[in-house]
Formats: sequence, C-alpha cells, structure tokens
Amino acid sequence: MKMRLFCGLAVFAVTLTACGGNANPTATTQQQPPTATMKPLDKIDPAAAKSEGQLNLIAWEGYVDDSWVKTFTANTGCQVHAQYAGSSDQMVSLMANGGGGQWDMVSASGDADLRLIYSGDVRPMNEKLIPDYQYFQTYFKNPGYNTISGIHYGISLQWGPNVLLYNTKKFKIAPTSWSAVYDPANKGLVTAYDYPITIADAALYLSKSQPKLGIKDPYELTKAQFDATVQLLTQQRQLINKYWPDASTEISMFQNGDAQIGAAWPYQTIQLLAASAPVADTIPSEGVTGWGDTWMLATKAPHPNCAYLWTAYVSTPHVQALQALFFGETPVNTKACGEMEAQSAGSCRQYHANETDASYFNTIKFWKTPITTCDDGSQNCIPYDQWVSAWTTIKG
Amino acid sequence: MVVDTSKRPRPKGGGAVAFQSIFWRLPWLRPILLLTPPLAWFVAVYFASLVLLLVTAFWTTNTFTTQIVQVWNTNNFQRILDEPIYHTIIGRTLTMAAAVTVTDAVLAFPFAYFMARIASRRVQTLLFAAVLLPLWASYLARLYAWILILNHNGLLNWSLQSIGLPPANIGYTNIAMWIVFSYIWLPFMIIPTYAALERVPESLLEAAADLGARRWRTLVDVVLPLALPGVVAGSIFTFALTLGDFITPILIGGAGSSLLGNVVFDNVGIASNIPFAAALAMVPVAIMAIYLLIAQRLGAFEAL
Repeated sequence: MKMRLFCGLAVFAVTLTACGGNANPTATTQQQPPTATMKPLDKIDPAAAKSEGQLNLIAWEGYVDDSWVKTFTANTGCQVHAQYAGSSDQMVSLMANGGGGQWDMVSASGDADLRLIYSGDVRPMNEKLIPDYQYFQTYFKNPGYNTISGIHYGISLQWGPNVLLYNTKKFKIAPTSWSAVYDPANKGLVTAYDYPITIADAALYLSKSQPKLGIKDPYELTKAQFDATVQLLTQQRQLINKYWPDASTEISMFQNGDAQIGAAWPYQTIQLLAASAPVADTIPSEGVTGWGDTWMLATKAPHPNCAYLWTAYVSTPHVQALQALFFGETPVNTKACGEMEAQSAGSCRQYHANETDASYFNTIKFWKTPITTCDDGSQNCIPYDQWVSAWTTIKG
Repeated sequence: MVVDTSKRPRPKGGGAVAFQSIFWRLPWLRPILLLTPPLAWFVAVYFASLVLLLVTAFWTTNTFTTQIVQVWNTNNFQRILDEPIYHTIIGRTLTMAAAVTVTDAVLAFPFAYFMARIASRRVQTLLFAAVLLPLWASYLARLYAWILILNHNGLLNWSLQSIGLPPANIGYTNIAMWIVFSYIWLPFMIIPTYAALERVPESLLEAAADLGARRWRTLVDVVLPLALPGVVAGSIFTFALTLGDFITPILIGGAGSSLLGNVVFDNVGIASNIPFAAALAMVPVAIMAIYLLIAQRLGAFEAL
C-alpha cells in the first residue's frame, strides 16, 4: 500500500532529525525513542483499576462525552476527568515531562504523536490487551505516526477530514473548490482555524491550483513553496474577520452571521445542524487535510489500569460508533459499521467506515509534524517552528 | 554584642517576661522576626520567578521535541528586535493599553467626583455597589455578554437597524476590544480616583472661592492636581491589566487583534517555545517598570 510506504519513510526521516547533531548519520536511524525499552502492562487488573478510581485525560472537544463515559465509570469504578485541548501543540505542552504524574492519556493527532514519542512523554502500549484491536482497519493497526519498529506508542482511535463548511443561504450552490475561501468576493465571510497547521490547507490548495510550484506534500514545503503559501494566506487575512480558536467559537460565529464559509471539523457541522442552522459541508476537489487520532499513555501515568480499560472500552464497536456519530469521524474498528447503521441508517457509508473504500482514504492528507528533512532525504523543508512564527506574522 | 543573661537576677513572672526582655534588649530582633516570613515569601515567589523568567529567555528549544536546551544566547531578543511583526504587536498593545487608560480616566473622573463630593451618603453607597457589582460576575460571563451585544446579529446592530441606522459591525475588531477593556477595567480606575477626590480638603475649595476663583478655575488648579495621584494610581491598574490580558483578544478580538499576551500564550501553549515566550514576557515587565517609575514621580503611590 502506497500510504504505508510513505509513512515508513516519514518515520525514517523523523528519526534522523530527532537525533540531529550525531556525527554518524547511519547509526542514528537505529536510535529508538527514550521509552522504547519500558515494558508495557501484560494484563489489566480490574481490582487495581477500582483502587486507582480515577482517569485524567487530555482530549479533543467532543471526545469524552457523558453519553459513553457514564457506562465506563459504572462498569469500572474509574472516575473520568477530561481536559479539552484546543490544539495538538497544547496537548504536547500539557503532556510535558511524561504527563507530570498528573495526566494518564492524551487523544493526540498525527502531528503531535512523533513529538510526544521522541520526547519520551508517552510509553509503549500492549495492543494484546485491547480485544478489538484485531478488527481495526489494517492501516490503523500500525500507522507510522504511532508505531515505531513494531512498538505501539498508543492505540488508534478515529480519523477524519477537515471539511469546507458553508452557509447554505449565502452559498446556494455547494462550493467545489477551496478557492472560495481565497476569493476576494467573499470578503468578511471567511474564517479559518487559528493554528499553524492551517498553512498545510493553503499548500494543499496551491498544489492543485499552481502546479508550477511543485508541491507534492503540504507538510513538506521548500522555501519557495512555503513563501508562496504564506503569501496566499496573507492575502486571505484581508477576507477574515476572525480566525476560530476552538470549535465552539466557530459554531457561534456561524450561528451569528460572523462567518459564512471556512474550514471546519465535521463536529461543527453536526452541532450546527442539530441547532437547525442553515449549513452544510463538503470535500472540495483539491482534497482535504485530515487527522488520525491515537490514545497515548503518559510515561508517568498514575492510573495505568484505568487507562487500559478506557482504551479497550473506546475501541469496542458500540463506543466507536457513538463517538464517530457524535464527532463526525470514521472509526478504526471495522465492526463499528453495523453499530453505526443501527444508530443512524446510512452513516457507515457516509463516513466510509468500510475498509475497502481506499479512494476516500487517499484524498486525505493526514496531519503530521513538518520537519527539516524532506521525503527525498534532502534538508530543504521548512520545519515546524518556522510555521509557528509565520502564522503569527500572517494573523498580524 | 553578646549579652550574658545568666549572671543577672531572673526577672519575676517567668519565661514570658524573660522572652520579652530579650526583645527589649535587642530592639532590632522583633522587626526581623516579623518581617522574615513575608520577606522570604516575597523573594521566593516574586523575585525568583522573575529571575527564572529572565534566565529562561536566554535559552532555546529543540524545535522538534520542544524541550528546553540550556545553551546561552540572545537569539530570542534578537528575533523580537528583528521581526517587524513583533514591533507591530508591541505597538498595538501599548496603544490599546494607553487608549483604555485614557478612556477610563475620562469616564471615571466625573463619576468619582460626583460620588465623592456631590452625592448624599445614601446615594454614595448605592453608587459604590453599582461600581463593584460587575466584579462579582465572572470575567468570562461578562466577555460572552459583550460578544452577544457586538456580534453581527447582536443587540447593537439590531438596535441600530431598528431605528433606521446602518449596522456598526464592530464585532471581532480592535474597536470592540477597546470598548470591552474599558468596561472591564473601569472600576479599577473609579475607586482610586474617588479615594483621592475624597481627601481634597473642603477648606482649600473655600479658600479658592474666597480668593475669587470660579468653579472651573478651582477644578483645574486645585482639584485636578490634588486628584492626579489617584488617577495615576488607577492607570497603573488599567494599563497593567490591559498589557497582560490575552483572553479578551481571543474572544472579542478578530484577525489582527493579537496583543503581547496572545503571542506569549501562543508560544507556550501552541509552539511550546517557552524561552521565546519568556523573552516576550520581559517586554511588558520592562514597560511596566518604566511606567511605575513615572507614576512614582507623579505621586501615585501616596494615593494607593
């Protein structure tokens, strides 16, 4: 599978950078993350979980909802405390120092995973303790962003696209291209995610609209490609009244007429539709960026048994389907398809939860951390810290 | 000097008196014992954290793992000096803090004057409660209330349109931010101004009247100079609070509303670049140090 090869290369490249400064580059590829030798649990002890009694999670908004947390607490005795994070980087900083002995798990996206793994903040997990693991879509059993040299630094959860959300009263015909959010005719109507990874959305659009730039991967940009992308976003800034810092703000902006079109997570669409707002979302012809999320275990997790019970619980078809429909994303457990159909007819196909549908999967460019080493091994790509400072400049 | 107490006759009344006599013989001991705990706390909490901040500003991070690398350099400060965006943001923050301070001073002075010198006791108490009332509600609740007022379909635009005027559309702009900051920090300006105005002796006003000064002349030459330390004391609050705030810009501000606090927040929360955030945080510390120096010259600390 093309995608897997690609991710293997990315991991190889990351390993190189993570060990940058070593005089012998060939030796560095052998270097393992700091926690690679930590032995994971070999069995879950429900009695120990009862005495732990707690589970402290860092999660995306909408990932720890009462509709499935209550049953978990009733069954296991683990009281769940969730801290919602607005961005991957916030997750990385909350998880600093192995979670600080406070946090147990984080629902990290692909752009945070490798940073968490290589700074030793998360530890290997034993996939054999997750009964539903065997039913996972093949790619999500060992995706390059959470599995290194066969060691799992977390268990895949869900994946999905960053869609184009629009007001159906303002845009009677569905936009087919991301060009709508860069069109000066839409001045004052546009919004975008207030986060450096938004640069990848613009790069993805440029990879199709300006093929001369030669952008192949929106997370691997040379100086010229990066500058062109930043320039596009600087022009777009004139069209934007407000960038959205979190999902609830974007929801309120669409409800109050402060934004009519912009990138969003399917979660916002679902919440807005539930509030009867005139909105719809679409996957434009250029394709979309997306995320693959993983529950990762903090190196200093104080409640490991509760953490494993939680991971096993959220991997079951029923909870996978609940969360998928609640957030608007695709479960990794193939058995969830039937559950989704039972909860909402037609939803399995709508979210492409059946494994064979690779054509959809391939339209998504999954979030990953931009690093200096490009896919071809050259050192010309713009690393993430420059994305962050460029983003400050773009916002102004 | 070592005092040998063993050879002296023991005072009657037991240990407590002996204990007190030590303080009597060594007069410097009592203040030292009294001051050591708060002083130690002050040094440990305030001073040490500032020093840590300054030290961190000279370090750097591994851009991939975002862990702090303790290599001494001045790159962070160089970056603030070199990149025009940080000049823009520092300038915007200073302008906002100054605009909010001036607005609050202009609004607070007549209000405080009325409260201190014209209103009856009863009205004074009522006004005091009215000024302090908003402080009892959560800061976030008040911000969200303003979003409801200022947004596109909000109360402001609705009111304007229902009387036939064009909509203002100031939601998510710097003007919205200025209004909300001015509202939120107003009590912090009114109270010190009120305190200063209340302390202006009635006799001075009578003397001014006896010497033939009219109301305006008295206000400008007698009341204002005496109340100025109070206004400056209030401005320390409004200026410093605006300088450090990052929640109002996130919720009320739009594109191009980032203040220094936001860039610090982004660099800690988003980029995990704590050394650069520390360098940025030194900017408001430096600005406030200069501001406090000027305020002290104007006698603000006597009005606090």
